[in-house]
Amino acid sequence: MDGEQQYIKNVDADAELVDRARAGDLAAFGELVRRYESRVYRTARHILGNDEDAEDVLQDAMLKAFQHLDSFQGQSKFYTWLVRIAVNESLMKLRKRKTSRTVSLDENIETDEEPIVREIAVWDDNPEQRYSQGEIREILDTAVASLKPIFRTVFILRDVEELSTEETAEALGLSVAAVKSRLLRARLQLREKLTRAFKRKGDQILGYV
Amino acid sequence: MVTCKDFLRELGDYLDESVDPQVREELSKHINECPNCWVVLNTTQKTIQVYKGMDPEPLPEGVHDRLIGALEKKIKSQA
Ligand SMILES: [Zn+2]
Repeated sequence: MDGEQQYIKNVDADAELVDRARAGDLAAFGELVRRYESRVYRTARHILGNDEDAEDVLQDAMLKAFQHLDSFQGQSKFYTWLVRIAVNESLMKLRKRKTSRTVSLDENIETDEEPIVREIAVWDDNPEQRYSQGEIREILDTAVASLKPIFRTVFILRDVEELSTEETAEALGLSVAAVKSRLLRARLQLREKLTRAFKRKGDQILGYV
Repeated sequence: MVTCKDFLRELGDYLDESVDPQVREELSKHINECPNCWVVLNTTQKTIQVYKGMDPEPLPEGVHDRLIGALEKKIKSQA
């Protein structure tokens, strides 16, 4: 079975599970939980940066999903709908944490500003030789954590959870254009940070004039 | 003529393969002639790959059980 067929099969199977869960079949909802709990947890963990809050969000999001199964339209994928609930819960938590500064995905950003590129250097072919797996994960997590929530969230959904641009827009209630512009900025900011860790030693650094 | 600025502006769509073929060809031509933009493209692609290649960590001990516990409690209280 190729990737696309597998994908279609999963979507079908989700819809069937949702129907059964709506009709009161708890085992069917349990299967949906089992399928998506790790991804929901990872998304919340990335947005919030700690395990305790991620666990709260996982529980709240799954409870909400269960209680509101009737409002799930079935036009979108179950996971897109679920992750939207989890992202909203996560952002609510962030807002509570930073009472002085509101965190919003609608936060005004100048979308026509040019993306910034400073460090231009070739990377090592094998960063695994310089860093352990644990160190690489640490570098990646720290880099993501340093992004603003509006960039971080888009990046996680698109490039970590591998939602499409349209699904990400739907999950976050943003326009496709906003998703694209934020994604590029997020990617370039991460590129910049990772270049500091992964650039080849002794190379001449290039740069735009 | 594609400039480095043009290239950076189109980079997102170029990476996601959503630029039309003619623009794509012009951008590819620029990358072959401009070492800066080649490195930016290459390292941005690697950035995406390295995150996509991350294995989802297993849920920490107890998280699954506590989730199921919370769901069961909720369902019982509604019954
Ligand atoms: Zn250039």
